[in-house]
Amino acid sequence: MSFAPVLVFFLGGIGLVAAALIAAWVIAPSNPGKLKNSTYECGEEPVGSPWVRFNTRFYVVALIFLVFDVEVLFLYPWAINLRQLGMYAWVDMAVFILILAVGLAYVWGKGDLEWIRPKHASAGSVGGKDGIN
Amino acid sequence: MTWLDLLIAVACVAGVLGFISVVALVAIWTERKISAHIHDRLGPMETGGFHGWAQTIADMVKLLQKEDIIPDAADKPLFKLAPYIVLSATIASFVVLPFGAHLIGTDLNIGIYYLVAISSLEVAGILMAGWASNNKWALFGGMRSASQMISFEIPIGLSLLIPIMIVGSLSMQDLVGAQAGGFWNWGVFSHLPFAMIAFIVYFWASLAEVNRTPFDLPEGESELVAGFHVEYSGMRFAMFFLAEFANMFLVAGVAVALFLGGWHAPFSFLEISAESNVILHNLVGFFWFASKGMVLLFIQQWLRWTLPRLRVDQLMHVCWKIFLPFSFVNVLIVSLWIVLTQS
Repeated sequence: MSFAPVLVFFLGGIGLVAAALIAAWVIAPSNPGKLKNSTYECGEEPVGSPWVRFNTRFYVVALIFLVFDVEVLFLYPWAINLRQLGMYAWVDMAVFILILAVGLAYVWGKGDLEWIRPKHASAGSVGGKDGIN
Repeated sequence: MTWLDLLIAVACVAGVLGFISVVALVAIWTERKISAHIHDRLGPMETGGFHGWAQTIADMVKLLQKEDIIPDAADKPLFKLAPYIVLSATIASFVVLPFGAHLIGTDLNIGIYYLVAISSLEVAGILMAGWASNNKWALFGGMRSASQMISFEIPIGLSLLIPIMIVGSLSMQDLVGAQAGGFWNWGVFSHLPFAMIAFIVYFWASLAEVNRTPFDLPEGESELVAGFHVEYSGMRFAMFFLAEFANMFLVAGVAVALFLGGWHAPFSFLEISAESNVILHNLVGFFWFASKGMVLLFIQQWLRWTLPRLRVDQLMHVCWKIFLPFSFVNVLIVSLWIVLTQS
């Protein structure tokens, strides 16, 4: 068991991309032009910059993800040692999952799991209604 | 680490790269043929003679000759960096995939954990590509990809926990080894029906992870043109495409290794024991692993041409309100089962 092959595989992936791009650089033509290098929008002139304010939904999703991803992180070592730890650890983890389930129920009840937030959701909800999706 | 180990690692990565290229070439061709036959048409028929088998090779040669266009408005360093991150994360995930008893890059003791962690690095590359293109469609596609991939990572992590709990190890070869001796020993059939529920959740969530239909909103051709890689052309685009097909096989390979017996045959008399011939043992194992992976790949493609695309709110509904509670209850039940039967 060694981690060195992981590095070799990483470098292999980078090498593959580099080799393909070098091959394309040798073979492919290069005639850049003003129109060719303009932003593609099906032939329309792009209006404004695409780097605009974004729908806060994505931010809320990232926050919820973070909470549950960390939880999954804690579950892995517990799962490996489940047999040795026995009932005590199971009850422990059940309580932990229950606490997070309450959190999920809260977010669910607030309407933050809906992509289009329901109108009746209270003003204290996490997501806004600005921006675009 | 000696020079010999380094040589073996380089041979492994060369083997994996060759395997991925062949899988991508075959899978792109089957995708076109399957879609054509499901649509009641023929698909590519000319290139190479027999049913257009050389179509993908011709496409690769064509892509190699295409001009590499980087838009003036793009954030150039990030634009160039993105394909490196996406593909190297994908290739690095293959290091723990057990193709056979000895055909594995390295059997890390945290194998599956490493795989889940490293394959999510791809999200960074996709977000980078979408942002750096400075294109509205690319940005929408990148944001949707990222939110979808991180959302479905949680059901994936939880459903992979089921075989891990049953076996009690994170090493890929341990997980495969526990499923030896016939298909009734496979992970999907242990602790019925809970491991099967985990398998189904994993398979559907992995479709979202690789942005396949019915979860292909990030690439919705009819609304976002192509999503995060709309500004990429030529070889750079080909690298994203290769990464997508490599990922399809990767998630299928994880499903095979954890739930469908890995490199074990459905019946043990179809295997050759390691004592009689190590090389044949590995080759037969590789055959079974690759075949099972290809079957799952076929199902992925079949679903693509059968199901319509979900809406973004339906996507969130499926992930957070169906998969997540199901997975949590599943984990609790299976762990209780294990604890109770142990003592």
